[in-house]
Amino acid sequence: MTPSQEQEIWMYQHMVISRFFEESIEKIYMEGKTPAFNMAKGPIPGEMHLSNGQEPCAVGVCAHLNHEDIVVSTHRPHHIAIAKGVDLMKMTAEIFGKKTGLSGGRGGHMHIFDANVNFSCSGIIGESVGVAAGAALSRKMQGKPGVAIAYLGEGAANQGAFHEALNLASVWKLPVVFVIEDNAWGISVSKQASTAVKHNSDRAVAYAMPGVHIPNNDPIQIFEKAGEAIERARRGEGPTLIEIETSRLAGHFMGDAEAYRPAGEKEHLTETDPIPAFKKRLQERYQWTEEQDEALRAQARETVDAAIQFARDSEYPAPEEALEKVFV
Amino acid sequence: MTQVKAKNRKLTIARAMAESIAMEMREDEKVFLMGEDIGELGGVFGNTRGLYTEFGAERVKDTPISETAFIGAAVGAASDGMKPVVELMFVDFFGVCFDAIYNMMAKNTYFAGGEINVPMVLMTSTGGGYSDGGQHSQCLHATFAHLPGMKVVAPSNAYDAKGLMTAAIRDPNPVIFMFHKALQGMGWLGTEKEAIVDVPEEAYEVPLGKAAITREGADVTIVGITSGVHHGLKAARELEAQGVSAEVVDLRSLVPLDRETVIESVKKTGRLIVVDEDYHSYGMTAEIIASVSEVGVPMKAAPQRVAYPDIPIPFTPVMEQWALPSADKIVKAFAKMKETEK
Repeated sequence: MTPSQEQEIWMYQHMVISRFFEESIEKIYMEGKTPAFNMAKGPIPGEMHLSNGQEPCAVGVCAHLNHEDIVVSTHRPHHIAIAKGVDLMKMTAEIFGKKTGLSGGRGGHMHIFDANVNFSCSGIIGESVGVAAGAALSRKMQGKPGVAIAYLGEGAANQGAFHEALNLASVWKLPVVFVIEDNAWGISVSKQASTAVKHNSDRAVAYAMPGVHIPNNDPIQIFEKAGEAIERARRGEGPTLIEIETSRLAGHFMGDAEAYRPAGEKEHLTETDPIPAFKKRLQERYQWTEEQDEALRAQARETVDAAIQFARDSEYPAPEEALEKVFV
Repeated sequence: MTQVKAKNRKLTIARAMAESIAMEMREDEKVFLMGEDIGELGGVFGNTRGLYTEFGAERVKDTPISETAFIGAAVGAASDGMKPVVELMFVDFFGVCFDAIYNMMAKNTYFAGGEINVPMVLMTSTGGGYSDGGQHSQCLHATFAHLPGMKVVAPSNAYDAKGLMTAAIRDPNPVIFMFHKALQGMGWLGTEKEAIVDVPEEAYEVPLGKAAITREGADVTIVGITSGVHHGLKAARELEAQGVSAEVVDLRSLVPLDRETVIESVKKTGRLIVVDEDYHSYGMTAEIIASVSEVGVPMKAAPQRVAYPDIPIPFTPVMEQWALPSADKIVKAFAKMKETEK
């Protein structure tokens, strides 16, 4: 299943928007937090987990999805939200804690919910898998179309919730695809130091589902393998586990000094940045010109800037609004 | 409190729960069940009896032993428009899956700014007194009531059980439905007979967040939930023999909590005893007393609590029976209260 030219450009475009977004957020996040880093300060307080480098995991999968499909993501959600079609203005306002945010400021960066495109995420490791399985169950029971995608990190594959949800999804043959973004680090502990198996995709056999290993963060390979898994789910043949070896260009969270990374690792990762690589592919396959590239980037820049401006210009909610929306 | 007129048909809480769920499942195809042994077995506590036969494996789903997964799945399914009724077999098991309950089920609506609902019911058994030990006998009312975002109900009788279950299933919010094993009416345990009451055949709701005055009185207010209500009623009869008129309030819901009914009662009687089989400290008894005290209701004596001591529940019957709340302890608490009055 190879992507069409249109799909390839869509993927490239969303990787660029995603990266511009993360770079902007990175700068804004540091506002008010110098000279001494204080997480509580600035226009974007709290934790921040950026997805630079992991864009292929988002676009390669979401290229196959429509608004009816369900995506449940993690504490590092921005690239996936963008690829899924979450309202970027409202998402940015939510990250800034504004009244115009997706949840009126109640959720923030780790709790992005957009019911219009069936996107949600959570700050607890391993929470996505059960919820995604349940959404898949719902569609199956209602006879309605739609597959569910659960994103998780490689660290989450050691959490009980993961094993339970995979087993349940397999026993009940649910239309769900589990996508592991393996960036090799659970904060400061490497995958090797924490995981009994070399490849989490090997764990799939324990749950009687296909396990797919993608070793190199390549959007095209991800597109192909995710496409197969999603079609399998749509045909009613059950779940798949996909493991993507991606790269976390930033620290686990903003403020992470990353002393635990071996010397030279970050530089190597920068060399294998998936976005320049994809541009090169477009040039070779479709004679992608500098003009086209600049136009795409300019539009991406505009989209991101507009979202940030909207967030900055928006009002904060009234404090008492905290008491609302607990129950409907 | 207006009651639906009941024909002469007594049910156990177990039967009443099963009847409510069945009636809602007939009306709304979105309602379905998940849990361990709730299918062919009809539930370890009899609360899903007959449902598998009527609705089949599609809608009555026996699960593997994976609470985190199936409660998480219930959240996902409810967020997508289904109405799951899920069983957590013993409330004591909440530890293995509490994240899915208090961090997801209870908070997703808020995190989504009200844009998604999680209309699910989590039913779970509570209570001890039959030597099931420290990990199978707890009540944990406060543990669930304390955390924001989930409604909590707990009936003391079959009429309320059916009505509360119906209301819970129809509520667009997540509801924890706690049923006490000693009130349940199932084959393998003795049952409080007064929990077995007339239950109407038709569907009806008992509103969430509304307490009931189970027995009117003038001299002291006894507030309880589930087993505590029955201890209160027995204590009230003993006190009557002593010439004391006791009012018994059945909270029925912990969230929302009907503070008004309790406050009005204590305004009338001037005396308050709270009964809870859950642990003494940091719990429901403290919440009721604080709720009455902080609005300045004048009391003739210091309020008293009759609750479980702050210990893991012991196994041996002589210890366990000594620790449990009882009618006797309530009567003694009243005597103690009278001693302090000027």
